[in-house]
Amino acid sequence: MSNYPKPDAATLLEIYKKAALIKRNDEHVVKQMMAGRLVSPFYSSRGQEIIPSAISVSLRDEDYLSTIYRGTHDMVAKGFPLGIMWAELLGRVTGSCKGKGGPMHLTHPASGCMVTTGVVGSSMPIATGLGWAAKLDGKGCVSVANFGDGASNIGAFHESLNMAALFQLPVIFVCQNNRYAEHTSFANSTRVENISMRAAGYGMPGVTVNGNDADEMFGAAKVAIDRARAGEGPTLIEAMTFRFNGHLIGDAGGYIPKDEMAAAKAADPVPALRARIIADGIASEEQLTALESDFQAQIEAACEAAFAADMPDIAELKRDVFAHDIA
Amino acid sequence: MTETQNINMIQALNMAIDHAMAADPKVLLLGEEVGDKEEGGIVGVSKGLSTKYGSDRVMSTPISEQAIIGAAIGASLGGYRAIGEIMLMNFTTIAMDMITNHAAKLRFMSGGQTNVPIVIRTMTGSGFSSGGQHSDYLEAWFAHTPGIKVVAPSNPDDAYGLMRAAIEDDDPVLFIENIPGYFAPGPCSFQPVPLGKAKVAREGSDVTIVAHSLMVTYALGAAAELEAAGISAEVVDLRTIAPWDQETVLASAEKTGRVLIVHEAVKEFGIGAEIGSVISEQLWGKLKGPVKRLGGAFCAVPYSKPLEIAFCPQAADIVATVKAMVS
Repeated sequence: MSNYPKPDAATLLEIYKKAALIKRNDEHVVKQMMAGRLVSPFYSSRGQEIIPSAISVSLRDEDYLSTIYRGTHDMVAKGFPLGIMWAELLGRVTGSCKGKGGPMHLTHPASGCMVTTGVVGSSMPIATGLGWAAKLDGKGCVSVANFGDGASNIGAFHESLNMAALFQLPVIFVCQNNRYAEHTSFANSTRVENISMRAAGYGMPGVTVNGNDADEMFGAAKVAIDRARAGEGPTLIEAMTFRFNGHLIGDAGGYIPKDEMAAAKAADPVPALRARIIADGIASEEQLTALESDFQAQIEAACEAAFAADMPDIAELKRDVFAHDIA
Repeated sequence: MTETQNINMIQALNMAIDHAMAADPKVLLLGEEVGDKEEGGIVGVSKGLSTKYGSDRVMSTPISEQAIIGAAIGASLGGYRAIGEIMLMNFTTIAMDMITNHAAKLRFMSGGQTNVPIVIRTMTGSGFSSGGQHSDYLEAWFAHTPGIKVVAPSNPDDAYGLMRAAIEDDDPVLFIENIPGYFAPGPCSFQPVPLGKAKVAREGSDVTIVAHSLMVTYALGAAAELEAAGISAEVVDLRTIAPWDQETVLASAEKTGRVLIVHEAVKEFGIGAEIGSVISEQLWGKLKGPVKRLGGAFCAVPYSKPLEIAFCPQAADIVATVKAMVS
C-alpha cells in the first residue's frame, strides 16, 4: 500500500468535510428518533464515514453508486441533497422518492445514487449492470457497489464479481467490513481471514485496507477507480471499519464485546482525522468549527423543513407502479 | 415493414429482437448461450445477433441468473433496454430477488425517478418429459407482483408483435414462451401488438374460453370439435396476463354467459382464480352458471408420459367441460 497515491491537503480537507457532514447528519437522525420525533428502521453508519468520503473525492456526479440499507453515508458523500433525503426519511411528499421508498430505498439519479437496496447482497448485480452501461457509454464512468461483510457470503457476490471480471466492467466492489453481519461476527460467519482474498478467485485485484484511514482508503479507491476508468476492469476493496450503533437503532449490541466497542469508539475515525488536519496545519480549529456549525445549520434546516412538509396523497398508491397510473 | 411470412415462433422472436436492436442502439441482449459461439441460444432465438451487433451488446453470460437479471436492471438504470434471457421459467426462482424486489419495485420505491425497461425472456411447458424443474408455468407469481407485466403469446404473429411492444415498454416485462409451441409455423405480419390487449381468437355465442400460450391452441382445437357438436365457443387469447384485458374478457363473458378459464399452471391459486373472481363480481346475475376453471394438477410436473399428459389440460378436457357447462 506504500505505493498508493496519497491525498493532498485540499483533498484531505474535502474528505474531512464529507465525513463531518455524514457524522453530524447521522447523529441528528438518531437524535430525532431518541426524541420520539421519528420512527424509522434506520441503520446508522456512524463509524464508517471515512470510507465513502475518501472514495467519493475521486468520483464524478455521473459515476454510479449502488448502496444498501446502511447507506446514507455513501449517498451524502456522493452528493445526495440533504433536504430531499430528510424529507424521504420522514416519509414526506417532498422526499426524493415522494415518501414511497424511505431510508432503505433512497434514490437520486442526478447525484448518481441509482439504487439503495434493503436486501443483503443485492447492490452487486445491479452495480454490475450499471458498469455494463458505463462501458457501453464509453465516457470513462465507473460504477461503485457498496455492501457489507455479510453480503460477501451471498450468492449474488459470486455471480457479480465473476461476471464483472469476465467482461472487464468498470465496477469497484467496496466491502465495508464492519465486522458484524446483523448480530453475527465476521469470525463466526467466514472462514477466511479477509474477504479481499476472494478476488483472486475471480481474476481481479483485491485489497484489504483500513477503511477508517483516509490515506489508505483514498489510495486504494483512487487506484481502483483509475483502473476502471481506463477500461482495466473491476477491483474488490475490503475496507475494515466498525459500526457504533449496532445493526439498527434500538439494537442493544449485546453480541459485541464491550472492550471491542470501547476500542472502536476510542479510535473514532472522524475526530481522529480532524485532529490530524489541525496538527498538519491544513485547517485551523476555528475554521473546522465554523465549517461544522454551517453543516449543523444545514442539517437542522433540512430536518425542520422536512417536518413542516406535507405527507403524500393516498393517490400515490396508484402512481409509479407502472409508467402509467393504474386505475 | 417486412411482408407477411409463414414462420415459427423461434424465427418470429429472433426477427423481433433483431429489428428492435437495429432500430435502437440502446437495446441489449444477455443470457446464457445467447452468443453465436454458443449457437445463439438453446433453441436458436438469438441466432446471428451477436455476430450482427457485437459481443458488447449481446452478452453471452455464465450460468448466473441473479447477475443476468441484475445486470439487465443496472443497464436499464443506465439508460439501456436490456433483454435478459432466463433459459427456463423454473430458473427464474434463482433470480426472484432481482425480479420481484428490484425490477418490479424500483419505479415505485424511487417515486418514479428510475424505471426498469427490461424484458425477461423465458421458456417453459410440459410435453417433452422434462419433469418437475423444467416445465412449470409460474405466471401467477409474477402477476401477483405489482410493477411487472406478464406476456405469453400463443402464435408467431403475436410473439413478434408482443416482443416489439415489450422491448419498447418502459416497465419490466416477463415474456413467457411455450416450448412445444415454438415449432408450429404461422403467418407473421411483423406488426407491434399492444400490451394489455386480449384477442378474440375465435368468435362464438354459447361459451367463452379464456386462455393463453399453448392453451389457446388447445382451446381452438376444442372449439372446432364443439362446433361439430352444435356448441359455439368463443376463444379469448389473453396475450398479456398482467395487466389482463378486463374489457375484452368481460364483454365476451357477458355475451355468452358462460366462462371457462384454462391454464397449464396448477389450477389452485392460479390466474384463473383472479379472472374468475372479477367476472363473478362484475357479471353476477348475468351469468348462466358458475365460472369454471381447468388447470394443471396439484403436483410437480411428472416425467412419465401418461402422467405428464394427465397433468396438463388437454383439448378433450376442454370439450368435456364445456359440454357439461352447456347441457
